[in-house]
Amino acid sequence: MSEVATEVELLGLGDDALIAAQRLAEWVSRAPTLEEDVALANIALDQLGAARMLLAAVGDEDELAYRRDDHQFRNCLLAELPLGPGRGDLDFGWTMSWLLMLSAAQLLRYTDLAGGSDEQAAAIGAKAVKESTYHLDHARQWMLRLGGGTEESQRRVQQGLDGLWPYGHELTEGIRDRWLAIVEPVLAEAGLKRPDDRWRPGGGRDGRHTEHLSYLLAEMQSLHRAHPGAQW
Amino acid sequence: MPGVAGAESLLGEVEEAEAALREAADRALDGEASFEAVIAADQKIEPRDAMPDAYRAGLIRQIAQHAHSEIIGMQPEGNWISRAPSLRRKAILLAKVQDEAGHGLYLYAAAETLGVSRAELDTALLTGKQKYSSIFNYPTLSWADVGAIGWLVDGAAIVNQVPLCRCSYGPYARAMIRVCKEESFHQRQGYQSLYVLAQGTPEQRAMAQDAVDRWWYPSLAMFGPPDADSTHSAQSMAWRVKRFSNDELRQRFVDMCVPQAEILGVTLPDPDLKWNEERGHYDYTSPDFEELMRVVKGDGPCNRQRLAHRNRAHEDGAWVREAAAAYAAKNSRKVVA
Repeated sequence: MSEVATEVELLGLGDDALIAAQRLAEWVSRAPTLEEDVALANIALDQLGAARMLLAAVGDEDELAYRRDDHQFRNCLLAELPLGPGRGDLDFGWTMSWLLMLSAAQLLRYTDLAGGSDEQAAAIGAKAVKESTYHLDHARQWMLRLGGGTEESQRRVQQGLDGLWPYGHELTEGIRDRWLAIVEPVLAEAGLKRPDDRWRPGGGRDGRHTEHLSYLLAEMQSLHRAHPGAQW
Repeated sequence: MPGVAGAESLLGEVEEAEAALREAADRALDGEASFEAVIAADQKIEPRDAMPDAYRAGLIRQIAQHAHSEIIGMQPEGNWISRAPSLRRKAILLAKVQDEAGHGLYLYAAAETLGVSRAELDTALLTGKQKYSSIFNYPTLSWADVGAIGWLVDGAAIVNQVPLCRCSYGPYARAMIRVCKEESFHQRQGYQSLYVLAQGTPEQRAMAQDAVDRWWYPSLAMFGPPDADSTHSAQSMAWRVKRFSNDELRQRFVDMCVPQAEILGVTLPDPDLKWNEERGHYDYTSPDFEELMRVVKGDGPCNRQRLAHRNRAHEDGAWVREAAAAYAAKNSRKVVA
């Protein structure tokens, strides 16, 4: 990211956080333990909070969240993927792999934002850095437990990592080396294999998304769009 | 936007109960005081104190049922998180549902002080051996239900729970003080959300009224069967776990809601609701207690769905819990070695 964050960059980060919050909230009342239910809701709330600040820096948060179509969203593809192997699936191994990848990238992006000369963006970045640090630590702890737990947990978390890894290329454009320096040691410590880098899907930042985003938006926007102009 | 009329006085009672709790701790009776003497002096029973088996069993039942209600209660409201109509409302709802999980956690911890394990409590919920509040067996059919639940269901819960802040069992009383403070915050948010709808477009107003129509009687039923039919009440009152009868609390709730409904501009669905000068209370139509019993016994609109959801989450998470346990065991061995 350059010295001064552009609107496009802020929108991309805001959309990443918004779509991630929507995905993570799917876990509410479904987590493996009650403690984890609280933790995942907490991370979803942080993502939503960051999204609101970033979107408000660019325009009206609700206009942006509820009135745009999928091709107008600028989030990276990783954020919109289902948190399991297919649409409607929720798998904890996929989710922690996803959170590790996403939060490491967000930590770097927000750190850069916090160091920039745009005061408003720097303030948003500084707050979000603290939250991302916690998200990353939470994901890291679980990667170690799942990687070093049972045969089944290792198989499932590796499967999640394999499924999501290709989307890390778009996620980490411009920060790849710094990102790998965070993520690779976690994989090594957890005894997980770094997947290959052959396939590199992208296009989210230009509004070309996966099939999954329009379903997510259809649900998220349905009530708001059914009542044009209403206050809530 | 108006505050919730009457809610301030309830919150005041929570503050008073908290002060009384601190005061009671300062003038503790000597360690040998009998259970009866502690109860008679309005002191708190603590986990290591001797207590009658029935007192212990009754409290476990009540606290567990309360904790289970928080956990199952996450489902009807969680149903609208993904579709909340503004990002601000989404954040408020997500935080509220998260608070419910938190309440469940510290209520389970309070139950554990009585010698029951978390695993036993989980099993009792999953198998239907222990109940949760029947109110959560009703569906949330529109966004206005989220506001109506905040206003009516959280409102009824607070009326029920504020006296529990003075309950004779210390850990429960302390948990309830914290729960009541957060619940009253939720009630205010629900009320304000409903207020916005009730002042909104014709569609929003209709949505608000429909939600109130569906949630009013189930909320009245939250106070339990009429006093004459209440099985646990007398002993519970004598032990100072419970301090008011079901009907007293129900009346208090009705008296609070009527002026609140007027400010909201919604109609409570009871043609016989009217002020009784002589009694100094509103007369009202009782909820259908036969319906309540049907729902308690498992045949409400969502009983099967709610329990199936909880069971599925538990089963889906089994491999994760096993992994965490295996990892912890391996690491403790490493430390020992």
